[in-house]
Amino acid sequence: MEILEEKKNKNKKYKPILEGIPNWPVYQLSKNRKEFIEEVTHQSIERIRELRPSNKQLLDDLQATAYREQNRIKRNRWRVDPKDDSAFWSKIKNELVELSTRNPDELTEAINQLLGKIVHRYASEIAGNFKPSSYRFAREAVKFWFARLLNGARVKKFGAFFRNRYTLRDKIHIVGKVKLLRKLARKGTVVMVPTHFSNLDSILVGWIIHEMGLPAFIYGAGLNLFNIKIMAYFMNSLGAYKVDRRKKNLPYLETLKMYSNLAIQKGAHSLFFPGGTRSRSGMIEKQLKLGLLSTAVEAQRTCYNAEGEQRKIFVVPVTLNYHFVLEAPELIEDYLSIKGQDRYFPENDKYGSFQLIRFMIKFFGNRSNISVSIGPALDVLGNYVDEEGNSLDAHNRIINTKDYFISSGELTIDRQREDEYTRMLSQRIVAEYHKINRVFASHLVSFIAFEMWQKKYHQLDLFNLLRLPEEELELDYQEFRTTFKRVRKQVYLMKEQGKINFASHLKGKSDLVINSGIDNVGVFHLNRPLLKNKQGNIVTKDLSLLYYYHNRLAGYSLEQFI
Amino acid sequence: MSERNFSFSTDEKPVGVIGAGSFGTVIANMIAQNRSVLLYARNADVVKHINEKKENRGYAIHPNVQALNDLATLADQCDVIFPIVPSSHFRAMMQQLAPYLHPYHMLIHGTKGFDITLPEGETVESVEKLDRSRVKTMSEVIQEESVAVRIGCLAGPNLSKELAMRQPAATVVASHFQEVIQTGKKLLKSDRFQVYENNDIVGVEIAGVLKNIIAIASGALSGLGFGDNAKGLLISRGAVEMVYLGRALGGDLKAFLGVAGIGDLVTTCNSPKSRNFTVGYRLAKGEKLNDIIADMKEVAEGINTVRIAKKCADTYKVRALITDRLYRVLFEGLNIEEALEFLMRFPLNMDIDFI
Repeated sequence: MEILEEKKNKNKKYKPILEGIPNWPVYQLSKNRKEFIEEVTHQSIERIRELRPSNKQLLDDLQATAYREQNRIKRNRWRVDPKDDSAFWSKIKNELVELSTRNPDELTEAINQLLGKIVHRYASEIAGNFKPSSYRFAREAVKFWFARLLNGARVKKFGAFFRNRYTLRDKIHIVGKVKLLRKLARKGTVVMVPTHFSNLDSILVGWIIHEMGLPAFIYGAGLNLFNIKIMAYFMNSLGAYKVDRRKKNLPYLETLKMYSNLAIQKGAHSLFFPGGTRSRSGMIEKQLKLGLLSTAVEAQRTCYNAEGEQRKIFVVPVTLNYHFVLEAPELIEDYLSIKGQDRYFPENDKYGSFQLIRFMIKFFGNRSNISVSIGPALDVLGNYVDEEGNSLDAHNRIINTKDYFISSGELTIDRQREDEYTRMLSQRIVAEYHKINRVFASHLVSFIAFEMWQKKYHQLDLFNLLRLPEEELELDYQEFRTTFKRVRKQVYLMKEQGKINFASHLKGKSDLVINSGIDNVGVFHLNRPLLKNKQGNIVTKDLSLLYYYHNRLAGYSLEQFI
Repeated sequence: MSERNFSFSTDEKPVGVIGAGSFGTVIANMIAQNRSVLLYARNADVVKHINEKKENRGYAIHPNVQALNDLATLADQCDVIFPIVPSSHFRAMMQQLAPYLHPYHMLIHGTKGFDITLPEGETVESVEKLDRSRVKTMSEVIQEESVAVRIGCLAGPNLSKELAMRQPAATVVASHFQEVIQTGKKLLKSDRFQVYENNDIVGVEIAGVLKNIIAIASGALSGLGFGDNAKGLLISRGAVEMVYLGRALGGDLKAFLGVAGIGDLVTTCNSPKSRNFTVGYRLAKGEKLNDIIADMKEVAEGINTVRIAKKCADTYKVRALITDRLYRVLFEGLNIEEALEFLMRFPLNMDIDFI
């Protein structure tokens, strides 16, 4: 069979934009880790008191926090949780009870102290721990082992293991506005916001940041990832801070936001996944979590208020494009059960270090490539930014971003206004995701096959359709091919209109592209989402999985061309 | 949030009003009671007339109002601007104004119509589909054409003549931004004018636009000499139709139940002072649409709205019987009596099924 290779990667190696780790903002942050945590604690307390001015309100919140934390410890304990968790929270609970005996003049002080304890604990837990030595080591280790895996698996010759014919750059394609990003990273602070499909994203993103010659970013990674030891090691050394999605209480959320806010203000390039969690359905995020995103807006306003240099913040949307998502079966099952019956499934990662390594070996042995699309940079209102860092309107007139925070000639703090700005920014990011999304052959064949079946059984709703026995599903190849050509043409057209992007392997003879798509889609799953049978017709072994991969192209109104 | 947060530190800055039609003039006069106002008119002669004679369209002009013909000066001097021009000129006006706008500008418009963008050579009738990508509210036009984000709108039962006589009335200021709502309130509120708040700006805009359709129908009923039973029927069924169409276009139910929805609807459907009502009334008296239009001094937004709403109803497959019949009367020569007969015979049963 002819192999459809991705166009030879022209990406040259990028030189680092900042020599020497000591200059990196992220290093400065971790060197002064203790002071930084103090600052986060201090400012978070101030903010929480602003949000909950009365002692009664705050006490209610603290009681709810203690109650929920104890519940979490009982019900949903993770390996990363500190050993003294239980002791700490029972102590807090006791202190809360004692508070009721205090007389009113001491009360405020006592509550603030208690709040301080909680917030300080959270801040220390969230804070990353970037160390230059382990960063260098982790970086080299990733490169070395990835290269070994690649060459060993790909070049089937004795000794291939130690060759360097393939590098990671052949495997992971970085496309899009890399140059712009590198320029802007020198001029201001970058906040990168990628789509989130797989636990692998966190590591992948760490690698591409290095590969683009950018200094390490601080980034928000789900605490659950730290359960996996090998992941934890890499994440720590790449500068990650921890986001615990089990904690939804006010002190935690405010501390987390303050951490991100202050880090951005200090000029640390940041990254978080604004979808909040991996996309369960396989669709590109439509609704973003506004909490962390709001910190970019607030940090920008604070920077404009500061004396001296007013650093500008650049928001860069990124999409990660895979043929294959390791945890797809669990994700889609979650999605369907929640959507189907409103049942809640606690998060539960079935992958330990061993599964991860096994996956890596499989992944590197396969032709399955990954591509990362770097989107155009935006200011915190979602306006495009040029190479000089100027925000531009639709007619390329320069906008002074500071003006968004001005009222009657003065810079003002208006949280409601900034909430609205955050919402606007999130919509712009979602729109950019859809534009820079790179269609792979595997996405397109999945989409078409699933939609064809949906059309064939149009009287069934999604859940009934998914319940059909897989043996009954078969698509005539010729019919499939005709539809494929029609839809692909539409994708071409949409690219011309700037509505979507596609990988270069999508072009070419339709038979070959279809074959490569079928070969690649969800290639390592036990049950393949798409196959050809002996007659050459299209069949599936797992319709739910096919639905997952199909969802990647949901929201483009391509259904009408089926 | 207390209103004090929005106190003006630049009380001396004038407020801008764009458009010197009846409503624009009246709004300028109302604001002029506590702030100086710059009133923009497209026509230099009108500017001269206003400044010299202190009069416009039969309304005396408040001494605090100064007319001008220069958008650049207006945008430079005013942080808060009220654009009140017909929907068919709105986009062109915004394109002229946009180069002078900054993100700190606040725009609160008072225009009740849709903006449509059609492919070259197409008309509302010939185009295959008319969906929301082609039909925009004025706040969306402002956002598309300029860097302004602090956008609001005024809507409600606000007949210019009655406002000018300082009769009691109310309006809604709708915006996503509290800042805009509070500013609008502060500028407009008086002992004879109540201002309500709403944050569903698109819903409020759509309600204000769609009610003009029903107003034409109401005028027609009056013209035919029918009484209050008929009007009650029309208003209640018209409100239901507005809700359905409005929801298809992206508005929230709540906006339609408020001052800008029911409030405005009832007013316009009962008022010979309304331009849209007048169009329906004269039609029923046997005049031709073209003659009526040629005869009117100002635009009756409802006529164009009927065309747009009918096409949207077809595109989104919403049943809009009144709009549909009215369209045929206006543009396809259907007799008003026939249209009425059709509506009365149509088999319907459920009164309210959207709550």
